[in-house]
Amino acid sequence: MIRVVLPAHLRTLARVDGEVKLELGGPATPDAVLEALETAYPTLRGTIRDQVTHRRRAFLRFFACGEDLSHEPADTPLPEAVATGAEPFLIVGAMAGG
Amino acid sequence: MSGIRLLVGTRKGGFVLTADGTRERWDVSGPHFGGWELYHLKGSPADPNRIYASQSSGWFGQVIQRSSDGGKTWETMGNKFEYEGAVGTHLWYDGTQRPWEFARVWHLEPSLTDPDTVYAGIQDAALFRSKDGGQTWQELAGLRTHKSAPVWQPGAGGMCLHTILLDPSHPGRIFIAISAAGTFRSDDGGTTWRPMNRGLRSEQIPDPTAEVGHCVHRIAMHRARPNVLFMQKHWDVMRSDDAGESWREVSGNLPTDFGFPIDVHAHEPETIYVVPIKSDSEHYPPDGKLRVYRSRSGGQEWEALTKGLPQAHCYVNVLRDAMAVDTLDPCGVYFGTTGGQVYGSSNGGDSWTPIVRDLPSVVSVEAQTLP
Repeated sequence: MIRVVLPAHLRTLARVDGEVKLELGGPATPDAVLEALETAYPTLRGTIRDQVTHRRRAFLRFFACGEDLSHEPADTPLPEAVATGAEPFLIVGAMAGG
Repeated sequence: MSGIRLLVGTRKGGFVLTADGTRERWDVSGPHFGGWELYHLKGSPADPNRIYASQSSGWFGQVIQRSSDGGKTWETMGNKFEYEGAVGTHLWYDGTQRPWEFARVWHLEPSLTDPDTVYAGIQDAALFRSKDGGQTWQELAGLRTHKSAPVWQPGAGGMCLHTILLDPSHPGRIFIAISAAGTFRSDDGGTTWRPMNRGLRSEQIPDPTAEVGHCVHRIAMHRARPNVLFMQKHWDVMRSDDAGESWREVSGNLPTDFGFPIDVHAHEPETIYVVPIKSDSEHYPPDGKLRVYRSRSGGQEWEALTKGLPQAHCYVNVLRDAMAVDTLDPCGVYFGTTGGQVYGSSNGGDSWTPIVRDLPSVVSVEAQTLP
């Protein structure tokens, strides 16, 4: 089980409170997490990554276990602590004005 | 008793303002989608409780919302705007060619007859249509693949398709406007397009009378006389009496002919409204006086409408989609400002009252006249 923490605006859009819990069918990678997230919450499609290119939106970051995973390839295995649900996968909106 | 519903898009959410037919007391609901930019909300003429909204954010991109109960509740619809076929390139600010890239939906135009059909004007400029109530979107690619497209270029706000006019008398006839390409018309439901810019003159481009490249800010028509179009261009207020085939300037005695919105009185096809702005580098009213100008002669002769509007120290702007009229008699006229005020007139512009004063910066205003 993977725990995902969404930015507040995406929690509102997905109509969820707190963390989202996802079961993955295969290895835990950023791409697999996003696939499972978008399948469970279709309203999030296009808000984290481009629907066609799958490129991460520029002002979002992926953090886990104190590390910035944003620039890792999308099929990079996530840390064991994330894969087991001990630590959450954080989707974070960049600090920017307004 | 009939009523009015104003759909107000702002930089930080959407608002729904409602009043009965007297238009004296207004209820304000919102923000809907607080914190997001609501570029445009518009109701279906065929079902006024069906409202479409363009919700976007620099962080999270584009979302489309739909309401079936007049804006009380919303459901998230499809947001996949994928250009059809080869994407191609357009002119970029530095003179290079740049691939088309979706940024946001500027304008949503519901069909005149079918609540499930809605058009979307997007940045980078293209026209999309949904026939399933906003669940899926298909590009009407004949516009973006027009032979002139490689020389279209973005205005300061991006290369946006911001105006969509559906001709009620000629099914299949659509007018659109793009900054900075100009006006185009389709007579076959959006399959093929022709530039409609003859008579425009723009000193800011190498050939001032070029077929395309003009920064059209807004066009408007009266439903009963769709062959007559009015245009607020970057500079110049223009008029066409032949469905866009040719244009002539009608700026007349305006204090400045720069501006963004233009609209037509609901019952008087020759009565039009603009909000003159000082210049393209000073986006505020001249002399710090917020004045709507009205022409009762379809242009050339204009009168300042000032009663109830600030006449000192006012430096707001009124954006292209931020003016609307209702269809009551007398006609109501409404506009929103970048300072967050929404002003209304229930007498065709003779006098104005602030409906709300402190919203986020207003991007769009649409008026619905309810039975």
